[in-house]
This record gives sequence, structure tokens and C-alpha cells, in this order.
Amino acid sequence: MDANRAVDMAVPFAGLTFQNPVAVASGTFGFGREYGQYFDLGRLGAVCVKGLTLRPRAGNPPPRVAETPMGMLNSVGLQNPGAEAFLRDELPFLRGFDTLVVANVSGDTVEEYAALAGLLSDGGVDMLEVNISCPNVKAGGLLFGTDPRSAAAVTEAVKRRARVPVMVKLTPNVTDIAEMARAVESAGADALSLINTLVGMRIDVHTRRPVLYRGTGGLSGPAIRPVAVRCVYQAARAVRLPIMGMGGIACAEDAVEFLLAGAHTVAVGTALFRDETAPLSILEGLTSYCQENGISDIRTLTGALLE
Amino acid sequence: MTVTVLSNENPRPGAADLRVRVDASAQRPRAGQFAHIACGDALLLRRPISLCDCDEEAGVWRFVFEYKGPGTRYLAARKPGDTLDLLGPLGRGFTCEPEGPPTLLAGGGIGVPPLLLAARRLTGAAHAVLGFRAAPLAVLTDELASLCARTAFCSDDGSLGTREFTDAVVRRLLAETAYARVLACGPRPMLRAVAEAARAAGVPCEVSLEERMACGVGACLACACRVGREAGETFRRVCLDGPVFDAETVVW
Repeated sequence: MDANRAVDMAVPFAGLTFQNPVAVASGTFGFGREYGQYFDLGRLGAVCVKGLTLRPRAGNPPPRVAETPMGMLNSVGLQNPGAEAFLRDELPFLRGFDTLVVANVSGDTVEEYAALAGLLSDGGVDMLEVNISCPNVKAGGLLFGTDPRSAAAVTEAVKRRARVPVMVKLTPNVTDIAEMARAVESAGADALSLINTLVGMRIDVHTRRPVLYRGTGGLSGPAIRPVAVRCVYQAARAVRLPIMGMGGIACAEDAVEFLLAGAHTVAVGTALFRDETAPLSILEGLTSYCQENGISDIRTLTGALLE
Repeated sequence: MTVTVLSNENPRPGAADLRVRVDASAQRPRAGQFAHIACGDALLLRRPISLCDCDEEAGVWRFVFEYKGPGTRYLAARKPGDTLDLLGPLGRGFTCEPEGPPTLLAGGGIGVPPLLLAARRLTGAAHAVLGFRAAPLAVLTDELASLCARTAFCSDDGSLGTREFTDAVVRRLLAETAYARVLACGPRPMLRAVAEAARAAGVPCEVSLEERMACGVGACLACACRVGREAGETFRRVCLDGPVFDAETVVW
């Protein structure tokens, strides 16, 4: 076997082509400027930008973050400058790199999701990621993601207005993720991303108060990886949609787990906080894994779990 | 970057004085900036630690910090020769202008260390007020005294310097001397009181804020603080927009 043989890393995904399967996860990467100082954003398969809403949102008061065993809780609360400011101030910067731009959107109502889909499609993003799974806001968010009918309604409304592929981001905070996956597939989704964070909580035993200002937050990091792999596995068996898998991916082997479970692409998030170039080492590690295992096309790993 | 521990001492119980060797390519840190340091394989998040001092020629960075949680305890336990993974220098630092009127440094407790680098950058054009709860908790007093033209100490119990709060001494010095600005680092109530004293004297004031942090580079928005009264109380990022802020913009 030739260890230096080229590996085809390109992945067709919901009508687009990812130059490689490694993306960065929404909410961990801002709009790319900060980590853009540390590596070439053009090496990423896609950038999923910080969650956008129609109007600017201030987010939640601090503390917004708490460390947990191999994970962290966050309660940022969708702080963002609003979709129009994103299109005006941030998208042109991201467009300077050879990577796909995925706009993550959240609304308080179905109509807001639809309006965002129209605005951002026209504004020139490559794909929409519909966030029906944010645990850190009062209205919308997770409420849409835990009821199949609501999830389908949001998906349908977004699809009517979107002129780019629509990926729906699912929450693990449900009894049956396959049911949610089927609901958004039937409603016309082009792809799924999963998982969003798990709802968690930490308590300061000295003050007897929650560590986070809002009490609960979203758990991410390696702590949630087995849950995420399981969710991808179950969703992949329930629907025919391409899947972007995420949740605690910190090295190439982690990414391979997601691919084998049925993901077509992966997203790296919390791992960035520990290693600012983690997506690149994961991409390089994936290539090496393929070379060492005689794999010439990364796509053949998707769903290649032996059972 | 990977750095090598040169020394790690205990200036007092509960505090560490860590020196590391950095790459020749490391940026020159400004006073008030921090390094985001990974704390072993068992902890997910890096810890932000203020630069206390640096020797550019020797390539040495120094951190003086209190150890309380698992991250800082890990750092305090490193031995010479161990390596650490750190990102930095990060954030917005203090304004240090050696020319013109002197600058007043106001430090409270474990907020004192970054003022040492400020005093060095000010090359003698600094006065300092250093407050501690009690004498046994004091750090860096001799070094700051040697770098500053004038140094005043105070403590909550009178065991070091005068028995009063830092802002009271700051108020007195502001009445005596025309300062270019006040640079403050310490617990939030102290910062607020010092900022009020500076405002009353019509002297610009910069404060170094703290918040629980994740990415350290401005991407994740975890370390929010309310800053920007004019802009309508928006959340800014302690890691990138700070940690040093114009005191007038902080919403206390």
C-alpha cells in the first residue's frame, strides 16, 4: 500500500461540494475572523457561522461558561449582530476564502425563520443551517426541535424561501432522534446536522447557586461524543439525507467514528478552544487514516460501520 | 506555542510564581495582556493568566497567580523542564506612556501582578497603590516598589501599610499629583471604587476585568461583560475587546 497515495477528500453534500469533510461548528468560530489569524480558512470544508437572528441579540448575562469533566456548558444566548449586519460586515470577509459559508439561523417564530432564509439566500451564503435546537434562549430554539410537527413546520417555511440547500440542526434532547430526522426529511430538508448541545447544569456548592447566570446551559466537548455518534447512527438509518456530524470531535479518529456511523461531513467546535488549529490536524489525520487503510476516497467511509 | 518551565516558586502559600521560556518569535507582550494556558489532558479549557513580567532578551515570560481550582493548581505544580502549551499574548493591554505626567497603578490582591509589567513599561514614570487583605497575602511588593517612583501600601487589617481600602489611597494621591491616568487591576468592587475616584478627579482610568473564558480569542462569546454605556449596554468580550477597558465604558 502506498502511504503517500492521494486521497480524494471531496464530498458531495446536499447539492454542494465540500472540498474536504471538515467544517467548523456554529457558535465556536464566530464569523471566522478570530481563528483566521491562526490558519487559512480556505483549508476548511465549510464554516458554519455564529447563529444569526433577524434582529441583533445581546445574549445572556455572564457567567456564560462552565467547565465540566471533558466538556463545557455554555449559555451565550445567541448573541449576534443580526443577519443584515452579518451580510454587510462579515460575509465579504469569509468570501475571501475558498470555503463554503453556512449561515446558522434561529427565530422566535416560523415566520422569522422564513424571513432569515430569504434574506441570507439572497445575501449569498452557500447553505442554511436551521437551528431548532438552541437550549439557551426563552422562545423558539429548542421548542421547535423537540416536536416533530413544529420541526417540520419550520423546515417547510424555510424551504419555501430558501434558494440554497437547507440543513436542519437537530437536538439530542429528544426521546427519538430518528422520528425528528424523518419529520424534517418529509418537510423537505436537504441535509441534517447533529448534534447540538445537551442541556446541562452545574451548581457551585459553596454559594449553592447555579454556576451559569441562566442556570442551565448547553454541554459540548468530548463528554458528549458517544451520545452524538449514537444520534448520527440512528438518524442515518432513519433517513436518506446527508449528515454533518458533530459533538466532541477532537482528533481524526473521532471524526472517523462519525463517518462510520453515517455522517458525510463533520464539524469541529469545542476542540478549537483547546487547540486553535484542531480542524487542520483533524483533516491531516483523516488523510493519513485513509492512506494507512488503503482508502482512496473518503466517501467510502460514510456508513461503513460493520455490524 | 510550547514553552518550557524555567522555575516555579511559591512567593506565599496559595500563590505561584511561574517563569517560562518562550520562542524567539513570541510577540512582545503589553502590560495587561494574558496568555491562555492549557492545563493538562484532564481539563478541557485553557486558563487565562495575566503576564506579570517579561524579559524579551532572555525570552522569559513570568506569571504570578493564585491557585484555587484544578487548572491553576495544575500550573502551580509544574516543575522546571516541564512544557506547557500556551496561546498569547492575547487581549488589549494597558496604555503605558512613559513620557509626560506619571501614571498611577492601583492593584488589589492577586490583581497586582500585571501592574509589575506596567511599571516596567512605564520605566519609572509610575506611582503605585497596592492593597491586600493582610500582609501575609502580599505579592511583588518589593519589586513594584523598586520600579515605581512612589509606592503606597494598604491592607484591610492594617498589617501592611495603612488600614484602608485601595480607593481611599488612590483618592488621596489623585488630590496631590496630576496623573496622566490610573491603571487598575483587582476585585470588581475595588475597580469600581477606583474608577469612581478617578472620575471624580477627572483622570482617565483603565480597568482590567475578569470573566470565565473559553476560546480566549474572541470567537465563542463566553466571556461577556457589560461595556459601552453610550452604545446601549452591549456585551463585549473580555478576551479580545479587553481584558483592559476604559473604566468609563464599563457598566458596573
